[in-house]
Amino acid sequence: MIAEFGLAALWFAAALAALQLIAGSLALTSRGAGFAGIVRPVAVVQGLLALTSFAALITLFMRTDLSVKLVAMNSHSAKPLIYKFAGTWGNHEGSMLLWVAVMGLAGGFVALVERRLREETLLATLAGQAFVSLGFYVFLLLASNPFERLPQPVAEGQGLNPLLQDLGLAFHPPTLYLGYVGLSIAFSFAIGALVTREVGPAFARAMRPWVLGAWIFLTLGITAGSFWAYYELGWGGWWFWDPVENASLMPWLAATALLHSCSVLASRNALRAWTVMLGVVAFSMSMVGTFLVRSGILTSVHAFAVDPRRGSFILALLAIYIGGALTLFALRASTVTEGERFSPTSREAGLVFNNVMLSAILGIVLIGTLYPLVTEAFGEKVSVGPPYFNPMAALFVIPMLLVMTAGPLLRWRRDSLRRIAPALAIPALIVGAALLALTVYAPLKLLPLLGMALAAGLAVASFLPLRGRNLRRTPLPVFGMVVAHFGIAVALFGVACDSMFSVERLLAARVGETTQVGPWTIRLAAVEPVAGPNWTALEAQLRAQYKDNAPILAAPQSRTFWAPPQTTSESALVTRWNGQLYTVLGEAADDGRWQLRLWWKPFVPMIWYGGVLIALGGVLALIGRVWADLKRIIARDKIAYRRARQGR
Amino acid sequence: MNVAEPASALRRGWALWLPLALFAGFFALVMVGLYKPADREVASAFIGKPLPQFDLRPATQGRPGLAFAKFTDGKPRLLNVFASWCVPCAAEAPQLAQLAASGTEIDGIAIRDRPEDVAAFLQRNGNPFAAIGADDVSAVQLAIGSSGVPETFVIDGKGVIRHQHIGDIRAEDVPVLLAKLRAAGS
Amino acid sequence: MTDRARLKPKHQRLVLVAIALGALIGAALLAAWGLRNQASYFYVPSDIAAHPPEAGRAVRLGGMVERGSIKTAADGVTIDFIVGDGKARVPVRYRGIVPSLFVEGSGVVADGAIEPDGTFRAETLLAKHDEKYVPRELKDMTAAQARAAVAQTR
Repeated sequence: MIAEFGLAALWFAAALAALQLIAGSLALTSRGAGFAGIVRPVAVVQGLLALTSFAALITLFMRTDLSVKLVAMNSHSAKPLIYKFAGTWGNHEGSMLLWVAVMGLAGGFVALVERRLREETLLATLAGQAFVSLGFYVFLLLASNPFERLPQPVAEGQGLNPLLQDLGLAFHPPTLYLGYVGLSIAFSFAIGALVTREVGPAFARAMRPWVLGAWIFLTLGITAGSFWAYYELGWGGWWFWDPVENASLMPWLAATALLHSCSVLASRNALRAWTVMLGVVAFSMSMVGTFLVRSGILTSVHAFAVDPRRGSFILALLAIYIGGALTLFALRASTVTEGERFSPTSREAGLVFNNVMLSAILGIVLIGTLYPLVTEAFGEKVSVGPPYFNPMAALFVIPMLLVMTAGPLLRWRRDSLRRIAPALAIPALIVGAALLALTVYAPLKLLPLLGMALAAGLAVASFLPLRGRNLRRTPLPVFGMVVAHFGIAVALFGVACDSMFSVERLLAARVGETTQVGPWTIRLAAVEPVAGPNWTALEAQLRAQYKDNAPILAAPQSRTFWAPPQTTSESALVTRWNGQLYTVLGEAADDGRWQLRLWWKPFVPMIWYGGVLIALGGVLALIGRVWADLKRIIARDKIAYRRARQGR
Repeated sequence: MNVAEPASALRRGWALWLPLALFAGFFALVMVGLYKPADREVASAFIGKPLPQFDLRPATQGRPGLAFAKFTDGKPRLLNVFASWCVPCAAEAPQLAQLAASGTEIDGIAIRDRPEDVAAFLQRNGNPFAAIGADDVSAVQLAIGSSGVPETFVIDGKGVIRHQHIGDIRAEDVPVLLAKLRAAGS
Repeated sequence: MTDRARLKPKHQRLVLVAIALGALIGAALLAAWGLRNQASYFYVPSDIAAHPPEAGRAVRLGGMVERGSIKTAADGVTIDFIVGDGKARVPVRYRGIVPSLFVEGSGVVADGAIEPDGTFRAETLLAKHDEKYVPRELKDMTAAQARAAVAQTR
């Protein structure tokens, strides 16, 4: 019953999305103005129905209704409740339903609260949003119905896979999805603005909270994903430039650029066409990323088998949305009038530089990710890794960071470098001193060296915008910027430290043997068997002593799952304020020795602390913006209310 | 300014279509990639080699065990390496049933399994197998170059491996296997 | 005010477009150059025998681990083995913890470079097939998950 109810809700939601698209488009013509009134309510109801449908699926999973195919394939009555819940979106159909539910809700929310845009632009935006949703509804209903019943209910579900029972696994995808959906709203705004040619500050202000929200989720998603890879892979690295990672990085780069160009458009009414295009590109990158990961086209070394059908459907959606939006852009952008002017030394110019650099990095990553496909078309197999990505990205990151120290100090429109030079003297001195000290004392590696010096300078420079301000009166978004920029410096510091000062030790040790890695003395005290609910493991007891401190126990495991049988290595971390000890247990050698891989990684957690700080900066900015918007709406409603009373 | 006007318009018009052109390039590229999946498989070194000598006890009641002698009767057949604990093995059950229904003889090797689990698995997913041997230590599995489940081998009438299919059998793989069987029989 | 006179609307837009295009084309050219030098090509042993890559260039080697060829050195963490494809054989040396599915007779993909003496020094090893047995559900995971799943089935 619940399954049929959910399916019906989904069909109704799809029908309403179609209605929303048609009514919204008709309302833009001169004769269809009568339809304008129904678009907003339809958008709200569509969102609620999609949510209802998703709630129905959650219920089915929570109850483990084994007559539903999706539940039978992906769940199991003995699963812990939290994983039954998370299992709802731990599969293709469920994750698509989550996607449309969030997208519908976001659209409904826009319909409810957005009052800054001209009515036609809003209608066009909602029509665009319905158009995007509709594609996903069709995909769900025709190609991957989550509510399909089995002819015969099965006795037990199939999904008791231990790999899927991991909290990180459960909540990582929805985080990225929320980011993608936020960008889809920005995309719809861009379409709306292109249709009505209303590209201006109001458009940027309406779009900005969505971009900010999306950007926060993407930042968190990437940070968590990177930590997880670091912890789970046991290779000691935290970023491998593999296609799935790049797929999540590209939308983030585009969203970061969009965020900054949005603020130029909102404050200064410049960079109009560019911002609209970034709005299109940011969502396009999410779709491209999803496509590359889902179709298995790039990860085929890692993939089970390519599923061309599912891939083709996403590709068709890609072609329609991105192709359509870019065509609209090409046709309309020349009629978008020129924005305000600015001089080459101004806040705008700094942000333009930031945007150009970010786009260049995006290009570098995209080209590097797609290159294996290109060569394959010519019969040559290649893989592209860090030797390409690291120096190429650094080439653009470093100038961008340099400008980042100065940019926030510049005034809008026109400024002189001479005015901000005194303030910049401090960070410049720090960079110089750090460079000098590091070349003398540290191993000479160019990129980490530059990164470290820049991180030090940027950390100080990021607080300079607060200089001379009354902190109580400083708007929250300014604090957001400061925190986020500081977060970049922190993360950069961690990255540079990791590649400059990491010490690795690989050895085969007997029980009782002692070894050194960096400042740590590590004794292999014992290797013991331990057992978990569905695995057995060998656990090494490592007594790790930092200099003269009391020893700490680290217990890396080599785990064997029995259903299904597979071996994994569970690294053990010991975190201090100044770094992390990373230990991995390998196999037993024939002569009774145990393989151990140990790293001392000074300040490496800074990478993820930095990531969290960046997201926190986003949160501060978002709260500031939304709060200001709310105040404005309340004030306006009060005025309207008073007028209405007086009028009566 | 007047002189520059046409040139700038031209250049701007060109620039505006650039994103679309780039996207079209991307689209063409992935179309090629999607429909011509590259062959990245490392060909099995065991193709053309005979099966090793083995004699496995029955994996479950109701079906005999499996020994090398069975494969030299002159008839080509499929050898399916599976396990009751393996999710993709259940996924390929309909395809195996289809192959069995078309007259192919399928023998199975159950890897590291318990008789009652195998019985339950066959109860759930159907039993296309003529004989099922139990390989408790993966000895035969490793000896024929299979490092995981499910895998399916085409064996000709003299006990020589003719084809190795890695991973579960999808619907589109069925004709391929039938063709390989025919080739092995001729 | 000279600024303002110089920066006619049309003009400024053109300059911005030119800058953006210049940077992007620059990035694309750089990428092309970088890829020519840094992409690592996939070799099977017979490719290496026919056209050996220059020593030190990052390449990827795929093939079967020859039976009886795995030897662990005295330090307990260095292994030597031979990767073959039926036509040619390449000696490989690897220091580190091997993936658990890495066994003789199975497929392997190694990232590394050829040494001047003809040995392939592997930086990372991926045992082939591992990911084949990731259940289908795992296919639908994103980014880090797929990777971790691959890692866990190593």
